[in-house]
Parts: sequence; structure tokens; C-alpha cells
Amino acid sequence: MSEAQEFKYIGQRTIRPDGFDKVTGRAAYGADLTLPGMIWGKTLRSPYAHAKILSIDTSKAEAHPDVMSVATFKDFVTLQSESVAGTEGAAGVLDVARNCLADDKVLYHGHAIAAIAARTERAAKDALGLIDVEYELLPPVMDVEDAMMEDSPVLHDDMFTAGYDEKPSKASNIATRVEMKMGDVEAGFAEADIIVEREFRTPTAHQGYIEPHACTVTYDENGQSMVWCCTQGHFDVRTLTAKVLGMELGKLKVIASEIGGGFGGKTVIYQEPVALVLSKKSGRPVKMVMDRDEVFIATGPTSAAKLKAKVGVKKDGTITAMQGWMAYEAGAFKGSPMVPGVMTMFTPYDCPNVLVEGFDVVVNKSKVAAYRAPGAPQAEYAAEMVVNELAEMLGMDPIDLRLKNAAKEGTQTIYGPKLKRVGLVECLEAAKNSPHYQSPLPEGQGRGLASGFWFNIGGQSSVSVNMNPDGTGTIVEGSPDIGGSRASMQMMAAEVLQIEPKNLKPIIADTENLPYSQGTGGSRTTFATGMAVIEASEKVVVQVKERAAAVWNVTAEQVEYADGVARNTAGEDSMTLAEVCKNAEKTGGQISGNANINARGAGPSFAVHICDVAVDKETGKVDVTRYTAIQDAGKAIHPGYVEGQLQGGAVQGIGWALNEEYIFNADGVMENPGFLDYRIPLASDLPMIETITVEVPNAFHPYGVRGVGETGIIPPLGAVGYAVGNAIDRKVEELPCSPPRVLALIQNG
Amino acid sequence: MAIVIFSSELQKLTGEEQTHVDAEVFKDIVTEISNQYSALEHDELMKMAVAIDGEIIHTPFLEKVAPSSEVHFLYRISGG
Repeated sequence: MSEAQEFKYIGQRTIRPDGFDKVTGRAAYGADLTLPGMIWGKTLRSPYAHAKILSIDTSKAEAHPDVMSVATFKDFVTLQSESVAGTEGAAGVLDVARNCLADDKVLYHGHAIAAIAARTERAAKDALGLIDVEYELLPPVMDVEDAMMEDSPVLHDDMFTAGYDEKPSKASNIATRVEMKMGDVEAGFAEADIIVEREFRTPTAHQGYIEPHACTVTYDENGQSMVWCCTQGHFDVRTLTAKVLGMELGKLKVIASEIGGGFGGKTVIYQEPVALVLSKKSGRPVKMVMDRDEVFIATGPTSAAKLKAKVGVKKDGTITAMQGWMAYEAGAFKGSPMVPGVMTMFTPYDCPNVLVEGFDVVVNKSKVAAYRAPGAPQAEYAAEMVVNELAEMLGMDPIDLRLKNAAKEGTQTIYGPKLKRVGLVECLEAAKNSPHYQSPLPEGQGRGLASGFWFNIGGQSSVSVNMNPDGTGTIVEGSPDIGGSRASMQMMAAEVLQIEPKNLKPIIADTENLPYSQGTGGSRTTFATGMAVIEASEKVVVQVKERAAAVWNVTAEQVEYADGVARNTAGEDSMTLAEVCKNAEKTGGQISGNANINARGAGPSFAVHICDVAVDKETGKVDVTRYTAIQDAGKAIHPGYVEGQLQGGAVQGIGWALNEEYIFNADGVMENPGFLDYRIPLASDLPMIETITVEVPNAFHPYGVRGVGETGIIPPLGAVGYAVGNAIDRKVEELPCSPPRVLALIQNG
Repeated sequence: MAIVIFSSELQKLTGEEQTHVDAEVFKDIVTEISNQYSALEHDELMKMAVAIDGEIIHTPFLEKVAPSSEVHFLYRISGG
């Protein structure tokens, strides 16, 4: 799809089909399932950041009258170091298992060591104290600088840095080195009139979803085991859990509950295989629900990072060279989002000479998980801060500098292909013309601006559209709805079937009801699952035409279908969709369409954000006074949900830039594992986030969809960071801009 | 013949920026170039995503490649 289309339902602001259940409390989340005979599981976690486990004695716990089963790593099957594809990329099964329950080493404060199932939650918690663990303490390695030092304690004796021409002879905390380049950066910098080079740091930050990880499971030795859990990808939960336990996929059913936020953090497993072991050993259903502090200390945050950015520019604003360096914390096991950081860092710019080097580094923190556009916010923050500084040095409007160098159709990317049609220029122009940018900055405040790029992905989606005899239907999809996607599926099916969206009920199938579907992540669901919905609905239309043709003794080609009515072009006959469905039993059976696709052609999305802040010079407290998010959606299927995604991404990015960070003591123990001390923005902290949705269609989607869930979190780090610096006349190189850090900048210069 | 353009990472293994391949589907391109460059491992290439004429495909196998196509191998992107 490349040109504007006329739509009947796409683009409307319909009422979300799941809204009623959610506001009335009827929706069933991860902790809401209770089964007959169910018992409770609880997890013993490491008080140390780095230690060898010399022994685990569970005998006293097992003797407790209320304890029904105990699990340790030894209960998992013997695992090989196998890589399994999933929504969050490939995962090493052995590392996944060792993260669920530690093997011979604990690698972070909060690392799970053992689990107990007991008759009550209280009894399970109390019995954890009966497990004796003998440790040999090791020095913790808490940041990339320490971890990359030659004499640093090594977390994994078998980790040798990949990415060098020759395999290193010594084990290291650096898992991988990646370098991407194009052109000649040295020649590019030689052409430049001004060069700015700076170093930046971003903190460990959590996705901050409100609903803790939770599951209820039953293990059936001979038949069907079941996991009910809150997840972004229940098919991936099935794959990973089955691998860890050595089960056949067909003997494990996973049901996705409603989900209270994920943002990438619920694409992995933690408790599910442990709960199944406890269920298997006790013969009872087992429920496990994390406490809030467990969510913080033991589930994946995003990477803290150290970054360097160097950009050269001519006096006329032409960028001649861009160079980046980054080291991302992976947490206890390899696999940070460093590679997408390398790929995205300078992608908003059409520059012929680019070099970026990245390192994936293990440290004694919980294993990182995806977080909206994983890897991009950190890298693009560094790039955007330097570009803003260059604009200031050139005396040039930061939007004009970006427009002069903006990536567009035909721009060569550092990661391979040239860009197809993209909407960065349109976003920059919309930003420049926005009421916000046109308004003067209130005295004493600071303004920052940043752009952002994310790929978006396609992938596997399975859908069935089943019609009822009264012409209503059910859309059965395999993608958990984490952001209102059910409404979008409804609207796309309605557009094809030409009936009111409310006549189509979208439901999320479990892993037995549909073939594999990738999880909801990568901004893929409205794009990829939407494509599957469109294809399945088109198959319904084909059948409707065939059935009507059979009744009228004409060919299907002689039947037209529009406005929910089949018409005989060779006569006067017509039948509504409902009439065709009502007669379906007499014309060949009920009508349904399905599509199991591997969607390709995801369209990248660009965004531009503008931020104004006021800084209290006496306390260092920063208040965002005005904020505008502009983003290319391709086509906004449901404009209200697109705006919600833009606002949500902006708010999470603002939190990351202003206050959110893990604070560890000298022993590597997290000191702020709760929402009182880990400060995410509240509604009362922020102004209404203004949004502008740009629509430059993605040619590879029937309706032009790009996907909008992730890009919005990228620009806030640079926009807020630069605005704060602008307000206090200082260079902000380290996030978050929390009051103590801002105050120190003000006082120390 | 389709043109395969190597990333700076793959160039370390091929020693060349690009090559021309006479193949109609992606899997045959992988076979061709892994035969042509001994340092390129067939199985590792099959784990990569590909961009054929700018269209990114995450799990390519039977994708058609036109004689005029431009092919890039790239890291598979996931998401959050």
C-alpha cells in the first residue's frame, strides 16, 4: 500500500472490546486463577550478588508438615547449551534454566536458588527459612567498566569474547564485540569544521509494569500439563518451559491471562518451569506470584550502558562523520540489546561515514530483558545529545540541522539495506510547525528535542476468523493484547468484511487452539497479526461469494461483495453476510477463514519529541512543563490507541531520563526494590503529553501500518536530557537527571 | 544475477564488499556464497535475517530473489 486509501472503519475511535471487563474488575490476570487443591509456591533468593553455592540442604523444609514439594536446579532435565528462537531473539536454554534456578553459582542479588510449595502462601514463605545454603562469597562486578578490566573477576569461566578475528585465550566478562561501519570516518572527520565528542551513561531501569509475574500450573504425568500466566508470548513460554523440563510441546498447554503491562519484560520465563516441578512433585496445582521486590531484583530490567558519540559537521550543517562506542550490561548472562544499539545509533541521519563499536558485557545484576525498542534509547540518546550540541555551536535550529541530514528513502543504513519510504522528514516538519515548537520557551526553562528510529518487526502470526449463523463472528488470534490490539484486529476484520466492528469478537487463543504465534513485541502485532486477520477475513469473503454464487447458479466471479452484502452482477439478487452465514449449513458447512503467516516488510518508524522543563535550582528537581511526541504510524488503525502508545512511550522515557535507576550498595545488593524508592512518573507528575500522528504508509502492509509501540521511548532520553542541560546551562552526560545529580551539576559546574 | 552486499562484519570473512550470485531463492544464495567463501558458515548465515530489495525478512528460506535484486544479511531484530 503506498497511496492514501478510503476506509469505512479503519481510523475510527471505537470502544475497546476488553474495556468493560477491565474497568469492572472482571478481567482475569496472572494471579487470578484458583484451582481445586491448589497450593502456593515461593522462591528462596540469594542475598549475595556473586557467590559459589557449596551446598543446598532442603531436608528441614521437606520435613515441615505444610510443605508439599521443594525444587532446585537438579530437578530440571540435563540441558545442553541450545539456542531457541523467541520473540525476544534467541535464548540459550541453559542460561534460561540457570536464571530460573541457580546451578552452582549465584550471579546476582535475588537470584532464585530453590522453591517451596506449601498449603498456604504464608507457610511457603516461612519454610524458605528452613533451607540451608552454604556459600563461598566472590567479589561482585557491578558495572561495565569494572567488568571489562583485565583483572576483573570472571562470572563465567567458559565465556570467551566473540567478534574478534581470533578467539581470545582467556575467559572474559565481554560476551560479544560487534563493529559496523560504512565509508571512511577518518576522512569524514577531516572534512568537518566542528567535531564534538562526548561520553554518556544511562542507568539500569525497569519496565515498571504494574502486574507482577504470576502463574498457576498443573502437571499431569500422563496427559496434559497447563500453565496459566501473564505473558507477552505464551507460545514462547511453552517452548522455553518445555525445553527446560524436557517435555513435548503437545503435552503442555499455555494460556495467556490478561496482562497488566509488559513492555518487553514479559517475553521470558522465570517461575513457570519451577512451578511445574513443584506441581509434579506434590501432585497439586501450584500458584506462584512474585512480590514487588522480587520483580525488581530478579526480573530483567534494561541495560545500563556507557556510551561515546563523536560527530563532525561542516559550517553549513552537513554532517560528515559519526562514530559511536557502547558497552551494554547484559546482567548475569550474555545477551544485552547492544546489537540493535549499534544498528540504530545514527540511523536518523544520512551520513556516508559511520563507525560504531559495541560490547555485550556480563555483570552481577539480574539478566536484562527487552524494554520497548531494546537497545535503541541508550545509543540514540548519546547521538541526539551530540547533534543538539552541534546545532547550538553552529547557531542553527536543531530541527533545521536534522532536516538537512535526515534519513529518507534511499538512505544507506549502517546495518545493510537502503531505507524504503520513511517519515522522518514529515515528523521533523510536523514538529517545526507544532504549536509547542512555535511557542516561545517560558523564561528560565529549558527546551530539548530529539529524534528516534526503530525497525519494527514482522514474524509469525496465526489467526482464524469464524463466522456464526447470524453473521457475527469471532477473531481467534495468538497474540496477547498488551496495548489494545484486540480493537485494531476487530477494525481490520470489519474493514474486509464490511460489517460493524462490534459484530466481531476478538479472543486470544491458548497454545492448543492455534498454530504458533510469536509474542506481542517488536511493535509487530497490529502489523503482522493484522495482516493475518486481513488474510483470514479475505478468505471468509471468498467463501461468501462462492456460497452466494452456488445459490444463484452463477460463478463466484459474478458475485460482488460490498457493504456487507453479496450481489449478483448477472441478476438482481443480493444476500447480506448474515443471510449467507445463516444458509451456510445448506451450502457446504460453516464459514471460516484462517491465516498462518510469517509477515515480512515491517516498516521502520521515526519519531521526534520536544520537551520543556523547569528546574528548581535549590533542590535540583526537574518538572516537565510541556511535552510533544510526533511519530510516523504508517496508518493509525485506531488513532486513540496510537496516541496512547506515543504517550506511554514518552512517559516511560521521561521516567528513565529523570528519576528511574537501580541503586546498589557496595556488596551489589539493590537498595530500592519498590515503587516508593524506584520513582516512575505518576500522572500528577507530568503535563498532558501532546501527540501528532504522522501517516506515511508502509508499502508492505495492505493498510500501510508500521507499528508504533516502541519508537516513542527513544527520543525522551535526549529531549529531556538536553532540556535539563539547557535550563541549567550545563552538559548532561549521565542519566537520570535526578535531583541530587542535577543539584551537583548546578553546584559543581 | 542478484548482488549480495556484505556488511563490514561479514567482509572480515569474505574479504570482499559484494558478489554476484546466480540463484532464484534465498537458500540457494546461502549455499552459493558459503561454497564461494570458506569462512562463511552455512548454518550461521541461515540464522541471520535478510533484506531483499529493502524488504526485511526475519526467517528467510524459500524467498524469491530476482536477477536484479540487492541482498543484505543482517542481525535478526527482536523487540520489547
